Amino acid sequence: MAKKHAEGYLSAKEARRISRENRRITNAFEKRRKRRNVSEAEYLTRMRDSNNAVEFDNLHTYFFTDAGTVKSVDGVSFDIPIGKTVGVVGESGCGKSVTSLSLMQLLQRPQGQIVEGEIRLNLGNKAYDVVKVPNERMQGIRGNVVSMIFQEPMTSLNPVFRIGDQVDEVIALHDGEGKSRQDVKQRTIELLEMVGIANSEGVYRMYPHELSGGMRQRVVIAMALACNPRLIIADEPTTALDVTIQAQVLDLLRSLKNRINSSILFITHDLGVIAEIADYVVVMYAGRVVEKGTVEEIFANPSHPYTIGLMASKPVVGKKVDKLYSIPGKVPNPVNMPNYCYFKDRCERCVETCQGEYPPEARLSPTHTVSCYLYRDGKGESEDAGAEN
Amino acid sequence: MPERKTDRPAGARGPAEDGGFTPVEYDPQYILMVNQLKKYFPIKGGMVSKTVGQVKAVDGVTFNLKRGTTMGLVGESGCGKTTTGRAILRLSGEKTGGQVLFNGQEVYDLSPKQLRALRTKMQIIFQDPFSSLPPRLPVGEIIGEAVREHHLVPKEQFNDYVDQVMDNCGLQPFHKDRYPHEFSGGQRQRICIARALALNPEFVVCDEPVSALDVSIQAQIINLLKQLQEKYKLTYLFISHDLSVVEHISDSVGVMYLGNLVEYGSTQDIFRNPMHPYTKALFSAIPVPDPTVRMERIVLEGSIPSPANPPSGCKFHTRCPHCTQRCVEEEPIQREVEPGHYVVCHLYDP
Repeated sequence: MAKKHAEGYLSAKEARRISRENRRITNAFEKRRKRRNVSEAEYLTRMRDSNNAVEFDNLHTYFFTDAGTVKSVDGVSFDIPIGKTVGVVGESGCGKSVTSLSLMQLLQRPQGQIVEGEIRLNLGNKAYDVVKVPNERMQGIRGNVVSMIFQEPMTSLNPVFRIGDQVDEVIALHDGEGKSRQDVKQRTIELLEMVGIANSEGVYRMYPHELSGGMRQRVVIAMALACNPRLIIADEPTTALDVTIQAQVLDLLRSLKNRINSSILFITHDLGVIAEIADYVVVMYAGRVVEKGTVEEIFANPSHPYTIGLMASKPVVGKKVDKLYSIPGKVPNPVNMPNYCYFKDRCERCVETCQGEYPPEARLSPTHTVSCYLYRDGKGESEDAGAEN
Repeated sequence: MPERKTDRPAGARGPAEDGGFTPVEYDPQYILMVNQLKKYFPIKGGMVSKTVGQVKAVDGVTFNLKRGTTMGLVGESGCGKTTTGRAILRLSGEKTGGQVLFNGQEVYDLSPKQLRALRTKMQIIFQDPFSSLPPRLPVGEIIGEAVREHHLVPKEQFNDYVDQVMDNCGLQPFHKDRYPHEFSGGQRQRICIARALALNPEFVVCDEPVSALDVSIQAQIINLLKQLQEKYKLTYLFISHDLSVVEHISDSVGVMYLGNLVEYGSTQDIFRNPMHPYTKALFSAIPVPDPTVRMERIVLEGSIPSPANPPSGCKFHTRCPHCTQRCVEEEPIQREVEPGHYVVCHLYDP
């Protein structure tokens, strides 16, 4: 047992101290959050660019666990322009989902807290900082302005209610003022038809288990679209589906986005899907954005060693390679992360400066940035790095 | 129920109910010969659990697998890929019909004792490394248990043997005393691989071994599987729904739809020149990681029909863009359209 303690296991005393400390921090956050009658001025903010639907600005979301603080999202900044699709890629545990949950304020509280940063949400004539919006106002934002499609269509529908009732509920709750039950049902059927369910009257009366995976995902998409949101968060919407169904769902999302002119935040780990659907790509690693740019820039000119590795490790149909590239090592332990480049230990192109602080963003083009010491503003790979390779 | 063997000419197929098929002769170049394998599951209903119907999970699958090669089995979920893999290993009860010849021996004719001996020769790696490992056994025991049961190595060499197996699979031998929950997904999959390979098998069914893993870990596991195959001359049946992975690892590919193998041939033939309309649609749906390429999609209408009540004739006719009256009425048979490239479709009838 003694050996185990040496390898990062906590003593009971230490665990108690951490949990006491955590409670102190999270209580302070919760107290702030639970205030009543918060004036709107407090969370009113201004968009940096009025063409953006959402701006993530230096977002930090931490989880205060008994094993230590997990910095799930650690300084993430990116924008979602209106009418565009932004794809977030990364391995599991890199903070993709936590970023989107922060925007929806659906974090597991009190352990999960946004400790720093702003999420500016464009509401047309005004903008809110979602981080500071109180719970009762958030209710009006979720569903109406931002809605979410979850990964598992099997688990995100309630098995004991009929499909119609579940979609009706969304409409009645968020958009139901002055609508009779008949109107709501009308709208539900309309939505089900919009997402390509042929037998919409029949499906209205069905239970989730009577539908296939693709159909269920369509129902979930219909629910997300019920109130014409400005932003749809799609958290791995096709991961649980087969390729043929995936193609159908992607086509559907693309056409619906144009129809109601909303933006999509598309979270996935599949680079092929990203290339299909996204306009902008954000690559995340261990809670940070390592590279972002337009989809053409990322795929034509992947710059961060992690992005390059990620692309090389996925076999591509039609390209024959003898051995797949695999990124050495594994994702670092999220508890107590060091302050150097998180990818340093797995990077094959590590240079001396990598020992220093976390690398700043280097701008390769107006839209393409990368956080790596191999690059400097406006330039490709810096000279000294070229010499080492 | 005893098999009714008929003297029909090769390739001809009887009605699905009577299980009629032509037995094949053993050909020593193939480690595994599967001929018209059928596996139906009963649907129980009513007060006294009467059988009210059948789910035709595997309905006439025929292929041969050469020694030391990998065959990929692809298809949508629910098409019977996994059931085929399990039925070959005799892991899901008795077959409904057909033949499975492993090294010339009918797997379903073996006595329990013979089958037990055969288990060391054929192994399986399961899909989900999070649920296929016993949580209360240390890793060394998980890997070594079967080795001890089958008396593969003398007692005094047992520890060294387990160490060596772990080392081969990229695990640290000092992790032997740890429990599965202490490992990451990739490492757990390595444990599953080590458990299968500890018995020195000749044939391994890999049932979606990388589906539950991240992209970078996937690459590690695929490379490991390939490397072990070269080292131990293993034969794999690689079941996956990820077509790019299958193309990478397989020498031949079989495409399944609703319990039928609709197309089967070498990887090159299948991917360069898919013939069956379903294969074409399936391949056109693969997302290409290149934003400049816009694939011409063949979008299939509807979803996969229920295997409890499959369509008549060609099972794909409900979704096929080239469906004719003949497809609705008559079941197509497997034809060799090119050398080594088999298709089950009326479009390729001579």
